[in-house]
Amino acid sequence: MSHQVELEERFQARIDAEQKIEPKDWMPDAYRKTLVRQISQHAHSEIVGMLPEGNWITRAPSLRRKVALLAKVQDEAGHGLYLYAAAETLGVSRDELYDELHTGKAKYSSIFNYPTLSWADIGAVGWLVDGAAIMNQVPLCKCSFGPYARAMVRVCKEESFHQRQGFEIMMTLSHGSPAQKQMAQDALNRWWWPSLMMFGPNDDASPHSAQSMKWKIKRYSNDDLRQKFVDVMVEQAEVLELTIPDPDIKWNEERGHYDFGEINWEEFHNIIRGNGPCNKERLAARKDAWDQGLWVREAATAYAAKRKKKAS
Amino acid sequence: MNSEFPLWEVFIRSHGGLNHKHVGSLHAADADMALENARDVYTRRQEGVSIWVVPSEAITASDPEDSDPFFEPAKDKIYRHPTFYKVPDNVKHM
Repeated sequence: MSHQVELEERFQARIDAEQKIEPKDWMPDAYRKTLVRQISQHAHSEIVGMLPEGNWITRAPSLRRKVALLAKVQDEAGHGLYLYAAAETLGVSRDELYDELHTGKAKYSSIFNYPTLSWADIGAVGWLVDGAAIMNQVPLCKCSFGPYARAMVRVCKEESFHQRQGFEIMMTLSHGSPAQKQMAQDALNRWWWPSLMMFGPNDDASPHSAQSMKWKIKRYSNDDLRQKFVDVMVEQAEVLELTIPDPDIKWNEERGHYDFGEINWEEFHNIIRGNGPCNKERLAARKDAWDQGLWVREAATAYAAKRKKKAS
Repeated sequence: MNSEFPLWEVFIRSHGGLNHKHVGSLHAADADMALENARDVYTRRQEGVSIWVVPSEAITASDPEDSDPFFEPAKDKIYRHPTFYKVPDNVKHM
């Protein structure tokens, strides 16, 4: 037992000294478990996140928009793969991770259970959802676990084009015809509050945050990141000449931040429990894609075996 | 259920003249497919001019538990560094 305590103390000392933890290093079981859960949820979110946007690839309004959206969805697949690979260094298999997603045991970001109803939603998703994701992900580049941190550096580098393409779509629509402007406003109305929920529960309702901060997996609290997001987005919405759907948004001179209204946490928890507008549809689409790809995976394995036999 | 493809480590040379550097890993049925997957996953923005894929199981790594004694032999050999040797200030180009 005292050996265990000594190992844990040495581990924490390395974290405090900003040293990176690598897969083969000793680590507490709870650290490993927390990371497997967080990295795999993150990976699942990238993969499921392809679905709401994939919905609009064939209906993009121009070839320019179409190649950009296609590239963005390809990036999300890549991000999922970097993250699965990072999770696997902790000793879980890809099959186990997929199985947890497909059986509904593992969670993914609640945001992807909302539908993308119009083309403007693709703009709002890029601007707001990717904007919130970047806000969350930039601090993760300095996470204490090496493979996760390195994956996040790649992800963040690629993600910035996603947000800019979303903003450009919103800018084009909001400065277009009155009908187009209304489309952009509707999309902002639908995606604003779910985007704020992406930062997770309020700090006082987030029991694991303190431990994650101590382990330097997390660098900023949920509420701090959410505030930072609101401050940035209020000003960007002004450039777009759109109105954020929150009458309580007001500059607070004393705090040096924008105040904003209360989030509907009931809606958030309802979606986490599986009752959002698209939970079933998303999971079914993901499972279908996996099942329908079975023959491809089998063919690849058979082909590899045949070539190996020929070569020997 | 174990349907997984083997795991490969991916190394990329970012520009001519530089060494290959480890960038991550992926699953693929064989080496050729691993190369194509590595191109699609790790070089979508021209990040490389050459890729190596190596079966993960072919890599032998030093043990982090033993890293202190393992790297110890080089620790006390400061005479392997140029700063160990005293040279007068007025000596140029050395």
